[in-house]
Amino acid sequence: MSAASAVPQIQFDAVVKSYGTGRLVLAGIDLAIEKGEFVTFIGPSGCGKSTILKLISGLSPASSGTIRIDGMTPKDARETISFIFQDATLLPWRTVRENVGLGLELEHASAEHRRKTAAALLDLVGLDDVTGAYPRELSGGMKMRVSIARALATNPRLLLMDEPFAALDEMTRDRLNEELLRLREEQKWTAVFVTHSVAEAVFLSTRIIVLRPNPGCIHAVFPVDLPFPRTAELHESPKFEALVTRISHSLREAMKR
Amino acid sequence: MRRRLIAAGNALALFGALLFLWQLVIWIFQVQPYMLPSPWLVAKALVKRFPSLMIALSITAEEAIGGLLASIVVGVLVALVFAQSRWVRKMLYPYTILLQTVPIIAIAPMIISWVHAGLPAVTLIAFFISLAPVIANTTQGLISVDENLVNLFLMHNASPAQMLLKLRLPHAVPSLFVGIRIASGIAVIGALTGELFAGSSQVGQGGLGYSILYASSQNETDYMFALVLATVVLGFGFLFIVMFLEWYFLHRWHESALPAETE
Repeated sequence: MSAASAVPQIQFDAVVKSYGTGRLVLAGIDLAIEKGEFVTFIGPSGCGKSTILKLISGLSPASSGTIRIDGMTPKDARETISFIFQDATLLPWRTVRENVGLGLELEHASAEHRRKTAAALLDLVGLDDVTGAYPRELSGGMKMRVSIARALATNPRLLLMDEPFAALDEMTRDRLNEELLRLREEQKWTAVFVTHSVAEAVFLSTRIIVLRPNPGCIHAVFPVDLPFPRTAELHESPKFEALVTRISHSLREAMKR
Repeated sequence: MRRRLIAAGNALALFGALLFLWQLVIWIFQVQPYMLPSPWLVAKALVKRFPSLMIALSITAEEAIGGLLASIVVGVLVALVFAQSRWVRKMLYPYTILLQTVPIIAIAPMIISWVHAGLPAVTLIAFFISLAPVIANTTQGLISVDENLVNLFLMHNASPAQMLLKLRLPHAVPSLFVGIRIASGIAVIGALTGELFAGSSQVGQGGLGYSILYASSQNETDYMFALVLATVVLGFGFLFIVMFLEWYFLHRWHESALPAETE
């Protein structure tokens, strides 16, 4: 494992993705994401940002080029990866606790371990009082919290998030953003995030990658050197606003092409 | 609770009014009892012939339940095969259409030549006629799982068995119940009409459908009406049991099983 620190956690070399009869979605992506980074992909629809997450997770194979996660193929690295989808994607016939324990259950963890892990994580996301409830009884924000707890239950080293808060109202979204950063402080996973919101990207990330469409490729890269821990007040700082302005401008340029 | 009592009272009052109207028609138009017996005559026949009516009812119930249970077991198994791939579905789907379009009653004589007339033949007819909705609805439930839920299971390297038992089957349960609800109604109809053709291995003894035919041939119109009433009760009973089971299994988590009281 000593070699693992030398190679990036995620490595893309000339990755191309096309669907069906040659519709090119991603044209030659080179990319390296280091351990502990919070990288956000942002770009107009059709730029292939969700596709990048599918490639990292191995849910969809690259058409050409190589992808390595901790030096492994995406499929072999799956045990270390958790995926949070746009919808909470909970199993409606299971209680909150049973949903959080799902990943561990599929990996044949003991009932005792599942119960303890679920209890600890639900405590962490502030849902310890609804562990026996069914998803239909929860609000959108609570469902997403359950989804986050479920993703963290398998103790991932890499967390992939595909617009997880897009369907939530702004206040809930802001609060969940703060919680996400707090969880990251504690658990030290690497994150790859996809969003439409520039402000959300700046608030969360250590690096933002702007993509442009037709075919999808990297348009610009912005390091975000705002200090952690970050709180909601950050939204009002001039440095934050300046960065949002620059990235929004870059995004508009990316759409023109 | 109060609103329920009022609703029940209304239903009862309407029932009484309908009975009265029925009696009124007989009085005004001087209808003969063999054409249309009065409610009173029907009630009398019901009480007098109650034991034989109950035997007929139990025979039909047995046929319909047997046919329905068989169609649930076979229907779910077929749906599991259908859910394997689009290719399998495309290949086999025409045959389920066939199952729905061939009038099962028309092949009843053939069925009798395969199995004994009476209970086995009628059960087989009830089975054939109620199979298609179970297959169609269960298949739909098995294949309509959210793509990201499938992805979630794939991310945890779920085995095909886990995918089926922990995702596809539980997801299909509400659709399965839709299928069973439809099937339960037509299983009763299937049993009744099956009895008209293959009802009895012995003259004078058979289920409700057979007894209705027999009573009609004997000009026992009042008993015939009592038997028709029994078929209505049987159909309601089936639906009630299925809806109770549906509520029992789904009410905790499924939207469709929410109490419909709020209107």
